[in-house]
Amino acid sequence: MSDAQNRIDELVKSNDIVLFMKGTALFPQCGFSSRAVAILDRLGATYETVDVLQDAEIRNGIKEYSDWPTIPQLYVKGEFVGGSDIMMEMFESGELKQLVGAEAE
Amino acid sequence: MAMAASEIERLIKVSIPDADVTIRDLAGDGDHYAARVVAKSFEGMSRIRQHQAVYAALGGRVGGELHALQLETAVPTEIET
Repeated sequence: MSDAQNRIDELVKSNDIVLFMKGTALFPQCGFSSRAVAILDRLGATYETVDVLQDAEIRNGIKEYSDWPTIPQLYVKGEFVGGSDIMMEMFESGELKQLVGAEAE
Repeated sequence: MAMAASEIERLIKVSIPDADVTIRDLAGDGDHYAARVVAKSFEGMSRIRQHQAVYAALGGRVGGELHALQLETAVPTEIET
C-alpha cells in the first residue's frame, strides 16, 4: 500500500465511526457532506471526521481505498458503509441506527 | 462540465441492459442529477455493489465531469408493493 493508503487504513481502523467529508462537522463545505453530518448527529452518534479538503493525498486516496468516486464516505468499525445516499436510505430504514449503536430515543 | 440526462441514461443502460433508469435534473444546470436505477441484475448485490455498478457504468465521470449524482438503486421486487 502507498503511504496515503496506509494513513487512510489507520484512520479507518483506529476510529469506530469515521466520516471522510468536505469541511468539518461544524462547517461542512458541500451539501452531501452536510447531509451526512446531519444524519449522524440525528442518531446521536459519536464520530470522527476527516476533512479531505485539507489533505489532497487523502482526498484522492480515499476514492481508491473504497473504490468509491465521491465524498462523503462513512466507515463503521473498519467497514465502508457508503456515501450520503446510502446513509439516508439506511437512516430511514433504521439500519444505520442499529449499525452505529445509538440508543433508541 | 455538464452532462445531458439522456447521456447518463444511455451510459447506464449500456452496462446494465436490464436497468430501468429515471433521471431528474435537480438544479436545472445539467450538473446535479438524481438517478433511480432499478434492475433485476442487482439482485443479491449489496447496496454498495449496486451503486458501484452504476458508477462503473458512468466510467469515472461521477465525482469529476458529473459533480453530483444522487443515486438510488433497487431490484424490481423491492418496489412492487
